[in-house]
Order: sequence, then C-alpha cells, then structure tokens
Amino acid sequence: MRTAFINELIVQARQHPEIFLIVGDLGFSVIEPFASEFPDRFLNAGIAEQNMTGVAAGLASEGYHVFTYSIANFPTLRCLEQIRNDICYHNLPVTVVAVGGGLAYGNLGYSHHAVQDIAILRTMPNLTLLAPGDPGETKECVSWLSINPRPSYLRIGKAGEKSLHEVRGIDGIPLLVRPGTTDIALVSTGGILDETLAAADILSKDGLMAPVYSMPWLKPLSPSSLSILAPYRALVAVEEHVPQGGLAGALRENLPHSVPIHSISVSESISSMVGSQSFLRNESGITSNHIESVFRHALIQWRSFQLPTP
Amino acid sequence: MVLAGEIRAEALRMVARASASHIGGALSMADLLAVLYDETMRVKPDQPEWPDRDRFILSKGHSCTAVYATLALRGFFPLAELETYGQDNSRLMSHVSHKVPGIEFSTGSLGHGLPFGCGKALAAKRLKKSWRTFVMLSDGELDEGSNWEAILFAPQHRLDNLVAIVDYNKIQSLGNVKEVLDLHPLADKFRAFKWAVKEIDGHDHEEIHSALAVLPWEPSKPNCLIAHTVKGKGVSFMENQLLWHYRSPGIDQLNQALRELNCEP
Repeated sequence: MRTAFINELIVQARQHPEIFLIVGDLGFSVIEPFASEFPDRFLNAGIAEQNMTGVAAGLASEGYHVFTYSIANFPTLRCLEQIRNDICYHNLPVTVVAVGGGLAYGNLGYSHHAVQDIAILRTMPNLTLLAPGDPGETKECVSWLSINPRPSYLRIGKAGEKSLHEVRGIDGIPLLVRPGTTDIALVSTGGILDETLAAADILSKDGLMAPVYSMPWLKPLSPSSLSILAPYRALVAVEEHVPQGGLAGALRENLPHSVPIHSISVSESISSMVGSQSFLRNESGITSNHIESVFRHALIQWRSFQLPTP
Repeated sequence: MVLAGEIRAEALRMVARASASHIGGALSMADLLAVLYDETMRVKPDQPEWPDRDRFILSKGHSCTAVYATLALRGFFPLAELETYGQDNSRLMSHVSHKVPGIEFSTGSLGHGLPFGCGKALAAKRLKKSWRTFVMLSDGELDEGSNWEAILFAPQHRLDNLVAIVDYNKIQSLGNVKEVLDLHPLADKFRAFKWAVKEIDGHDHEEIHSALAVLPWEPSKPNCLIAHTVKGKGVSFMENQLLWHYRSPGIDQLNQALRELNCEP
C-alpha cells in the first residue's frame, strides 16, 4: 500500500502545487521518487515527530497541503497533541500518514503495532479518518484527499498487499466488495480485508454467500452514511485494532441498536512473543477461520430468534 | 514608550475583571510587545491578514492579556472588546486564540509555538517571501522537548527569517527556573545549536529596537533574542513574585498598580 500511496501522491502533486511531503526520517526505498521530482516540496524532518507535525501545521497555515509520513505510532501517538491542537484546532490541511497500520510490522514488536490509533484519532474534531483495505483503495483515498485538503489521517498497510477489488471512489460510505445473500454481512476496515474475503470464500463453499463490505472511510460517519448496513440482521466487524473505539465502535455508535455488532479485533493484551503479521493475526484470532466461525455463530443466533415459540 | 504602559494597564484591568491568572508573565513581555508592534514588525492593523505581514506567534499562550491589549491598542479590534476577556461568550479566551484579529496561532499547551513558527519560516523560504516570523517563548516552556526539536531544525534549514524571543523572567510555575530545570547557560545552548544569539535587557526599548532593527544577524542562522526580564515588571509588589503567576489583583491592588504605571485607576 505504501507504493500505491507514493505513486498516487506523485500523480496528484503534479496537478496540485500545494502538496508537500514531510517524512520522519523513514521511507527508505519508498519516498525517493517524490523527493527527486519535487525537491522544493519535500522535507526529511528527522526523528522528531512533535516538531514534524508542528512544522506541517505551520506550512499548512501558509497554503500548503502537507502529508506527514512515518510508521506505526510515530506520526500519531508520539505527537498526538500537535495533531489535536496545531492541526485539528486550527482546521489546517495536514494529512497524517501512518505506514504499517495494525500488525503490519508484526515481528518488530509491540512498539510497532498500531492498534489503538483509530480509537484515539476518531475523537479528534475536524478530522477525516481513512483506512484503506488494499492498494486500489489507497490510491482512491490519496486522490480524494488531494482534492479535499483538510485535517486527515490515512492509515495504510506496508508493502506487497494484493489488489482485492475494483474501487471507484470512496464516497464516504461502506464499499460493497462482494455481493451476497445472507442477512448478516462481513464488514472490515484496513488491511484485514484479505482475511475477511477469505472467510467469505470458505462460507461460500457451504452455500453461505456473505456480503463483504470494506470501510476505508471511518470518520466522519453518520447514520445516513451507514444506511446501506442498517437493513442487515447483524454485522461481523473485522479490524486489526483493539476492540474499543475502532470499526466496531463506530458501527455501534451510528447504527440502530437492533443491529448487533460482532467484533473481531486484536486483544489489548500484549504478546511477548515475536511473530509475522500472519502469526500475530492467528494469535489474536483475526484469521479467515475465526471470522468464518463468528459469522456462523451470528447466523445461528439470528436464526434462533426466528424459531417459533413452542 | 506610552504603548508599554498602556499594555500593562489594560492587561491588569483584564485579569482583575476576569479574576484571571498569569499577569506576571504578561507584564514581563510588555516592553518587547510594545517595540515589536510599534517599530519592528510590518503589520497593518486594518488588514490583519495582509499577506506580506510579519507573523507573530505567542507560544506562552497563558500571557495572552498583553497581546490582546497590544492588538487592541494598535487598532486590530476595538479597545472596548478587552472588557469581555475571560467572560462568557467572549472570543478573548484565557489562552491566546486565533479567532481574534491579529492572532496567528492558538496556544496554551507549551512547546507548540516554535515548531509551528519553523513551519511558517520554512514556507516563507520555499515561497520566496520576505516576511519574518517572530515567536515569543517563555523560559519555563524551554523544558518542553518539542522546543529542542525545533531548535535543532531551524538552523538545519537555514531559517534566518525566524526570530525566537525568550522572555527570560527566571520564574516558572512552581519556582525559580534555576531550581526547577536550570537553563543556564542559555545563550551558549542556542549558540551550540547554531543559532545567532543576542542577550539584552528586555525592558530597555532602545536595546530591543536596535537588536531587531536589522535581521538576520548572521547569514543563514536563525535568530534568538534572549530578553532578560522581570516577572511582574512595572508593579512594585508583583515584581519577581511567583505568587503573581496565579493571583488576580483585587480592586485596591489594581488601583495601586495603575497608579504606579501613571494610569487612571
């Protein structure tokens, strides 16, 4: 996704002279094409995220649309107050980009697991929060942000993610990735879309055609923006994020209480064992098999409500 | 200069009316503000957003009364509005607000002004503009690590269009700077970070004016003006007293303070 990000940012920067990229001394072998094509609109701020974010706000106050770029929690939690006060309070066009959302930097350890960011940044005023699920969604997010400069957070994966569907705009609503027929739908945000689609594949072998939605657009949300999800009897929400305040939380806040949300998320407990993203997903129970079993359980639960009382 | 006395008087009236804190740090920078807004900075009070204006950022946002007073006295907004300071439904909040004409940036949490100022100064460089950026810092807020990130950053990017002014009044929230986290030798610290540095008496208008009259002081280097000041300057019973970081003057104290400033109570 980081390649899709930088490629689209270069395309957009050719059309939008106000786009400016600041990196926090990270992005080796990713950001160089931007830096060489737009040296006057590029900066390595060093390993100093508070200053990086304040500088970004200062540049934005003079007309630039600034993208700050670093990995995992560094561009978000390390400088959260600069995001809150400098960017959001002043409603300035700065897009904070975190590479390695969720468990993408799995074997680098807990410091590099970005699993609280959505909950925290979702509370920031004026902020638009986007978490694309594949390279195509990433491209669309960058395209949308370039036309709509504003306080924003873009949470992307790392590298090598497969393209999972054709995306035509992100539109502020859940994207139907795979149509289905069941009364219960799968909804995912971010890079866990691949496991969610794999779960749907498993279910389809038993004739259960589960609709799959991807939700790159996580804020702002309203009941009307989620109206496409309201008719379902239940939703299974999948995210590489702790259970509190992320996708499941956003759905619960904006959908009628009559739609139960079954959350599949990362445990907030800290594993001291190192492992790849897929190992850690397995440890956390956010694999296709687990998604499939939660879906079946949700379906049984819903059908049991439908049984006539003896 | 008349302006400095008027700034002090208006700031005192504002904190007394609102029972607000932080008068000591407002009084300590009143002379600096008077010279900046009367002589140094290119501003147009009737056009607060004039594109070629010099930018002023108050990083020690709790001392905003002195800045609101300066702006009102210079005609950025009506003087009468100062009476609403800290009151319900007023835009004059007790930490500086960018909703007020002439204010570039809201602060309140310390350590935000200098990085933001670096961004503005960098923008001026990249856009080839001649306006300058002035950031007013407190001494206590130099405890914040974010400032030192910016102090590293500014010389790296040759931001000689940036002026950091330290209102070095030697007293912070819970005690003397020397006893909390000593900044001495502050000028040497800035010089070691590759800034051009001047130390002045922050209450001597001639010294302030001549220090800022020609910028930059050295090619490619950002400018740090260390202004030695007295917390509570101008009011005998407030000078060098930690208490007046917090206390709001009662009516008798206000009147005495105004008399000392040769102003009408």
